[in-house]
Amino acid sequence: MSGINIQLNEIYMLVGMTLVTFGIRYVMFPISGRFEFPALFQRGLRYVPPVVLTAIIVPSVLMHDGETLDLSLTNPYLIGAIAACVIGGLFKNLLLTIVVSMVIFLGCQWVFALG
Amino acid sequence: MNNTVSSIKNTPLSQCLEGAKDTFPLVVGAVPFGIIFGTLGATAGLSFAAVMGMSLFVFAGSSQFVCVSLVLAGTAWPMIVLTTFVVNLRHMLYGATMVPFYKDLNSLWKMVLAFGLTDETFAVAVTRYNRDDGIANKEYYNLGSMIFMYANWNFCTFVGLTAGKAFPEISQWGLDFAMPATFIGIVIPYLVSKPMWASVVIAGIISIVAGGLPHKLGLMVAAVAGVAVGLVCEKMFSGKKELI
Repeated sequence: MSGINIQLNEIYMLVGMTLVTFGIRYVMFPISGRFEFPALFQRGLRYVPPVVLTAIIVPSVLMHDGETLDLSLTNPYLIGAIAACVIGGLFKNLLLTIVVSMVIFLGCQWVFALG
Repeated sequence: MNNTVSSIKNTPLSQCLEGAKDTFPLVVGAVPFGIIFGTLGATAGLSFAAVMGMSLFVFAGSSQFVCVSLVLAGTAWPMIVLTTFVVNLRHMLYGATMVPFYKDLNSLWKMVLAFGLTDETFAVAVTRYNRDDGIANKEYYNLGSMIFMYANWNFCTFVGLTAGKAFPEISQWGLDFAMPATFIGIVIPYLVSKPMWASVVIAGIISIVAGGLPHKLGLMVAAVAGVAVGLVCEKMFSGKKELI
């Protein structure tokens, strides 16, 4: 195993990750005063929250091991996600969506593990 | 600026609490994540300080998880920093979205709020800023959301690091489903127009197709494709008024 076991490498990693992450989150503010974003870009930004989150959701549900696509109904992540969509769509209540779909997911996982 | 007198309490503190309150469901969703992160970090061979330091200073859940898996695979630190950059690139889009909302704030405010621009706080804050009700102090609302997420994330990391040793198999319990569950709950209210649906469907498909790209680059490819499709559809349906 190369690296990381040594304390100094951890510090480099930590400082690097901190600077990179803060830099990404902050960079738009100082540069934004210098020019106006094009109208098309501004309109595009409205799609950012749902689009980015969906691109995180779908692989974590359908490719849970990171490699194989699992579209079967014995995939507890898929069942849980479907449940979350239905509950979220019906009740528009975030906490309810998270808690109930989590319970359904854990139930499915338990049942499928038995079978 | 003369805001209309309203019965809604509007002090920095009340806005802070309001932001924290609206973030509560997302905090619940983040609890298992923080605990699993602390547990995994310890078992991956990272020091206590490194794991805790990541939650304290980096404060970006998904990249912290990726970091732990890379450490387990024996990856050198420059590669981990590079991957962090790619995984967190989406936050640049978040920053760009917030530019008009933060434009009257001083640099310190901008730095503090930018530091806390996680997926969750961004989602909550952008919704609040878009609600045009003439209420000032929205930065305090944003701050309240951020403080709650930050405190919870660090507390849960600490719990995972310490108590997690008693349950080393906790990462196999499937509690990671809390993340997609939370994010699905955030996405659903956005799905009110055809372009929005199209952009989300395309982003989902591309995220699978491009899933094999290195450094999680597929995420950015999917995001850009989704936004592009949304804009194209807007043009196609441009006769109708958009909802958002």
